[in-house]
Amino acid sequence: MRRNILSVAAGLVCIALAAGCNKSSDTPGATSSSTGGAIKIGEFASLTGSEATFGQMSHHGTELAIDQLNAAGGVLGQKLELHTEDDQSKQGESKTIAKKLISRDGVVALLGEVASSRSLEAAPVCQENKIPQISPSSTNPKVTEIGDYIFRVCFTDPQQGKVLAQFAHTTLKAHKVAILTDAASAYSVGLANYFRDAFTAAGGQITSEGKYSGGDKDFSAQLTSIKGENPDALFVPGYYTEVGLIARQAHDLGMKAPLFGGDGWESSELVNIGGAAVEGTYFSTHFSPEEKDPVVEKFVHDFQAKYSVTPDAMAALGYDSAMLLVDAMKRAGSTEGPKVRDALAATKDFPGVAGKITIDPQRNATKPLVILQVKDGKFHLVEKIAPQ
Amino acid sequence: MIEFLQQLINGLSVGFVYALLALGYTMVYGILRFINFAHSDVFMVGAFCGFYMGKHVPAHSLGGGLLVIVLTMLICAALGIIIERLAYRPLRGGSSLAVLITAIGVSLLLENVGQLVFGADPKYFPELFPAKVYVSSSGLRVSSNQLLVFVVTAVLLFALQWIVLRTRTGTAMRAVSFNAQAASLVGINNDRVISFTFGLGSALAAAGGILYSMNYPSIDPYMGILPGLKAFVAAVLGGIGNIPGAALGGILLGLIETFVKGTRFSTYTDAIAFGLLIVILLFRPAGLLGKFQVEKV
Amino acid sequence: MNRFKMILSAWPKAILLALLAGCYLFWLLSNRLNPYYLAVLINIGINIILAVSLNLINGYTGQFSLGHAGFMAVGAYASASITMFVGPKVLGSAAANPLNPGTIALFLAALCLGGIAAAITGFLVGAPSLRLKGDYLAIVTLGFGEIIRVVFRNIDSLGGALGLNGIPSYTNIFWVLGTAVISIYVVLAMVHSTYGRGFLAVRDDEVAAEAMGLNTTRYKIVAFIVGAFFAGIAGGLYGHYTLSIDPKGFGFMRSIEIVVIVILGGMGNTGGVVAAAILLTLLPEFLRQYEKYQMVFYSLLLIILMLTRPQGLFAWKRRARPALRA
Repeated sequence: MRRNILSVAAGLVCIALAAGCNKSSDTPGATSSSTGGAIKIGEFASLTGSEATFGQMSHHGTELAIDQLNAAGGVLGQKLELHTEDDQSKQGESKTIAKKLISRDGVVALLGEVASSRSLEAAPVCQENKIPQISPSSTNPKVTEIGDYIFRVCFTDPQQGKVLAQFAHTTLKAHKVAILTDAASAYSVGLANYFRDAFTAAGGQITSEGKYSGGDKDFSAQLTSIKGENPDALFVPGYYTEVGLIARQAHDLGMKAPLFGGDGWESSELVNIGGAAVEGTYFSTHFSPEEKDPVVEKFVHDFQAKYSVTPDAMAALGYDSAMLLVDAMKRAGSTEGPKVRDALAATKDFPGVAGKITIDPQRNATKPLVILQVKDGKFHLVEKIAPQ
Repeated sequence: MIEFLQQLINGLSVGFVYALLALGYTMVYGILRFINFAHSDVFMVGAFCGFYMGKHVPAHSLGGGLLVIVLTMLICAALGIIIERLAYRPLRGGSSLAVLITAIGVSLLLENVGQLVFGADPKYFPELFPAKVYVSSSGLRVSSNQLLVFVVTAVLLFALQWIVLRTRTGTAMRAVSFNAQAASLVGINNDRVISFTFGLGSALAAAGGILYSMNYPSIDPYMGILPGLKAFVAAVLGGIGNIPGAALGGILLGLIETFVKGTRFSTYTDAIAFGLLIVILLFRPAGLLGKFQVEKV
Repeated sequence: MNRFKMILSAWPKAILLALLAGCYLFWLLSNRLNPYYLAVLINIGINIILAVSLNLINGYTGQFSLGHAGFMAVGAYASASITMFVGPKVLGSAAANPLNPGTIALFLAALCLGGIAAAITGFLVGAPSLRLKGDYLAIVTLGFGEIIRVVFRNIDSLGGALGLNGIPSYTNIFWVLGTAVISIYVVLAMVHSTYGRGFLAVRDDEVAAEAMGLNTTRYKIVAFIVGAFFAGIAGGLYGHYTLSIDPKGFGFMRSIEIVVIVILGGMGNTGGVVAAAILLTLLPEFLRQYEKYQMVFYSLLLIILMLTRPQGLFAWKRRARPALRA
């Protein structure tokens, strides 16, 4: 009996110690303006887990922006403090994290997330507390529909689908396209739908549609069926993790039709996994480090200096989200939620590294897409397509 | 017709890998009457061993590839024996629920440590063997890696049958699976036999891991979960505890899965595997080749 | 019998009402509390309901179920469908106000229907369990959990892979704590009744129980139904708290998290399970900077617990009959 009480007591002591160790600023209540000291900006990203590569790049971009801004003196006479939390690519964490950052840490704005599902979790909390949220790269249209405090600095999937349909028609000269969708990913299903609608509206024909689940390794069954219908091109709106294998198996099956996809393809691992099979394939994304633009070149140079890797779209958008937020604070002359929100909504032609950002009435950014092609194991800029 | 034959080839190559994995499950169940949840993660460790070793071995070489397979099998056999020694043996004879929970714990441990060490994002598995695609006149395509799966699995299956039926250790294994107490009474060292079984099963899982990764060269710490569960279904399908049954079950499941993937129900493939398990357990729990065992009070 | 138990068994209903009143008072005062702490408390409450309901199936009846998250999913989707699609039609604009009596009635109805849907699922899952023991049962329940998840992922009217979002925010601390109290009460009352001895008998020795004339089939099914019912309600509360649910969140890992709580608390030890639920919800919050080691810690915890203290961390009753003995 005594032993058991001791073990419970030991457990409670551990909790107390852990609570004490944890840095906490115990200011209850959601005050959205920060008092003298630093301006606290919250960020949540998938730093670990299945989408760690996306979250880490996005975080690097944001971090770089904050560091540069602080080196230049901060904003409104104060330094910026970035509070980052890891949502582990898990569902259910983002809401608690948002509450923690807003109510306990007292952030004035929230940056995040890459995945639309996790942005959707946090958005109601931000909206309720009148804290502006900027998503760097969530492309599902539902995210900004949650409320007028939710913004994004990237294009949406309907736009991406339209542009890709146009690309397939004009550049690939494909009139019959097959689609292979990741049915487990809302992003993939959504993008496939938007592409299909735009492509058929422009007179194209979808020969067949195959489905797989994220995590699958074997697509030969679906590809064999698709090959039988003889499409001009194959659209794969999924993630690089499966696209590499799909390309390989398509190649092994003797499929000659070119493959193309969306921004989920972007990762250095695509070339590793896909090897020679992804040579010549195309995908759309938000940013190309090759662009001959002084803003882009400076960003690429600074990013490489700090992190020793070339930035990708996630990094660029993470950077832009932080920069835009601070620019809005400058224009509003304050960090108060409603004022910053209004300044964000009024953004016009903000020079982001991933393109000029103008926020439309739905709080989305009308941005051009870049089409990249895999050549010699690297991504090369093919064309930049502005939205209609 | 060509399409059907092509699907057949694809299905067989997946099925043979399931067969290799299923053997490990069935052998351990036959002796200890428990499902080694961690088996699927030994499969994963085997794939990663192959990944790291593959960097130090010239690509596209037959000798290099074989060396990697053999070494990986040895390493994973050792891993399996260690796991048994540390996590399962202390609980032998006790509640089977406790061992089950421990097995789940070991499985999770391997996956999550793997995630910490290897990173969660998929890695590209190196090309160990020379890769060629053979095209028949009618358009059927078989890759050399697929052929390797057939050959290596067949060799391992025969080796296993030989060990189990013709060696003293194999006979000891069968004796322990019939009646552990009686086996120890006639002088068999149960502990050693059990360790050997785990080692053997883990070696097969490792080989399966490398063969699987050669055909689907994207590896990540969670890659073992689904193949492991499907291999278990295969083992049950063939009759748990029955070695030829496991092989048969694996091949059958691979074929079923591939044909389902070609239909419009492709997203339900995993659910169908589980559904099959439930159906088997309800209507023919002994599986295709197993014998129904009466539960003694 | 110790004094605590004597008091509990003397006026159980009075104590239940007193506790519920306490929850209500707590809710009235909850505005003073930092929303983050409130969120953590809600998480704790939901985990308590999940763990206590799983404990009925795993701990008291000895049926090792690994698919509890599936029941949670059914409850979440079912209740969300009602509040999202039926609510506005019936209540109109009043549906937006969580304190409106009509809305409260709708929410309670949605929760209960979600619980019933989950209970039906529990029956479907439990029925095959009649023929299966131990390991097989674990895998089959795991399989069912995965099947449920895959099915929801393929239903487009329920959001498909993106799931449902824009679920009205009806959950508050009163509902969560109140349901937790009720679930603990129901499970304890069931198990400590004369009828309830049957659950323990099924767990301890099923063949002997059958030989004594107990309908083991019925006990097992009842355990699954009741356990699933509360898991479904927990799912509904969860859905109306996170306002956004998707199939990925109800997978095997979620089931494992609940299983770890039950094992840590001691299978068949409701008090211990509640304590474990609190501990394992708070700990990750405090140790957020070590979040990436969380699953490694859980898995080591499972192994070490089984090897050294299988009756769980909080087994303090000498005369208790836990499912696992050291």
